[in-house]
Amino acid sequence: MSVSSILAETGTVTRFAGRVFREGFRPRFEVQELLYQCYVIGYQSLPLVGLTGFIMGLVLTLRLRPTMVQFGADSWIPVMVGMTIIQEMGPIITGLMVAGKVGSNIGAELSSMRVTEQIDAMSVSGTNPFKYLVVTRVLAATLMVPVLTVLSDAIGLFAAYVGINTNGVTTVALFTNQIVARLTFGDVLPAVIKTFFFGFAIGLIGCYKGYYADKGTEGVGRAANSAVVAGSLAVFLLDLLAVLISSLLGLY
Amino acid sequence: MLPAPTPAPPAAPTANPAEAVLTIANVSLAFGENHVLQDFSLTLLRGENIVVMGKSGAGKSVLIKCVIGLLQTDSGTITVLGQDVAALDHNGLDRLRTKLGFLFQSNALYDSMTVRDNLLFPLRRQWLTHTPAQEAELVKQALEDVGLADTAAKMPAELSGGMRKRIALARTLILRPEIILYDEPTTGLDPITGREIDHLIREVQKKYNTSALIISHDLACVRLTADRVALLSEGRCYAEDTYAGMQANADPQVHDFFV
Repeated sequence: MSVSSILAETGTVTRFAGRVFREGFRPRFEVQELLYQCYVIGYQSLPLVGLTGFIMGLVLTLRLRPTMVQFGADSWIPVMVGMTIIQEMGPIITGLMVAGKVGSNIGAELSSMRVTEQIDAMSVSGTNPFKYLVVTRVLAATLMVPVLTVLSDAIGLFAAYVGINTNGVTTVALFTNQIVARLTFGDVLPAVIKTFFFGFAIGLIGCYKGYYADKGTEGVGRAANSAVVAGSLAVFLLDLLAVLISSLLGLY
Repeated sequence: MLPAPTPAPPAAPTANPAEAVLTIANVSLAFGENHVLQDFSLTLLRGENIVVMGKSGAGKSVLIKCVIGLLQTDSGTITVLGQDVAALDHNGLDRLRTKLGFLFQSNALYDSMTVRDNLLFPLRRQWLTHTPAQEAELVKQALEDVGLADTAAKMPAELSGGMRKRIALARTLILRPEIILYDEPTTGLDPITGREIDHLIREVQKKYNTSALIISHDLACVRLTADRVALLSEGRCYAEDTYAGMQANADPQVHDFFV
């Protein structure tokens, strides 16, 4: 892929995002479809995101423990694991899991609807397909990824507590106090805010790839695949951007 | 088959039978260097079925997508029920589409919805209000019209090709359109199912006094459904006549289609 084609694609996606905002603020509002998409994107992704969050918390704790014990800093494990999960691992892992599950789902669904003329059928039925299909999915992803991240963080912290207790006894109060005492708004707020952008990017890219898919079954596969790849890459790029902005603002 | 529906306005059976419900005047459309339509003109009268024939890729599907406003023409005018399609805003186009039905070649049934929800979708999206009882009656009647009364709870994937075509027609009929646009209604169906669809098209025409623009190159379909036949060639209406007239036409381009 040449630089010019990447820039051209970025321009097209930006215009697509502009249309999402334009159409999103104009009635009629597709509230019922939005709620359904929140259910699909949020609730149905919860088992996957929860499981990965649990494994992430447990593995981090078990891997960190020998090193921390070596330096006599095992009492710092809750803080280190907590900070890592809340600031980076929780948002990133959740973003990647949602990009994989939801991004591919949106890309494949919309592209197959395009191929089988279902999107045209919606237009003929007096429905604005962009508003009904794209705006609702982008908004649902934007709202649900932060919720999933917070839940994944909580499950990850619980797993960290379980991990610590495999080698000794730590009370829930002590574990919680150690994390909460070290956390500031500067730690939590940027981590939560960036997940809104993760969700927006995942929804937007999935919809863009699906809505403008090539005709034919090959186009469906390509749309699903590129939605995952581009969505995951967007999560990393936005995370890098969030870290740079937080550093510039002196939040870290 | 069934009593007339109560909620939706029926097609106007008392209107002047010679009234033009669709006028396509000097329409041109090009995709890059590919001039699909060039100065194409055709008039559809109330209660009439016109079949547009042409080679694959001649622009037949493009033509009916222009009629329903899915594609914009480069020049010329398309007047549907007295309204210039190009001059309508989004809401105006939506209102006009309540009087137009479109049967897609691929049926375009919503995979994720049951047959009932597929039929209710256009009903609930349009500028019409119905009570749940009226909705249920309309769904029942539309399904009975196409002979599939017991499929309401099924998913499209559970139906055969012919059944999907009938359900797509039922979804079109539920809004009681005055004009129906059929895009290759029998393509991909076996001859027997194809003929059933042809007869259904005729039944719908008689029962609801609809006019239809049918895209097809299935000769049996053309013979059974057409009041008039138009041949689309090189972007324009090359010939226009009854089926018998076209069959008797000695012009090689026309004759080749009817061999």
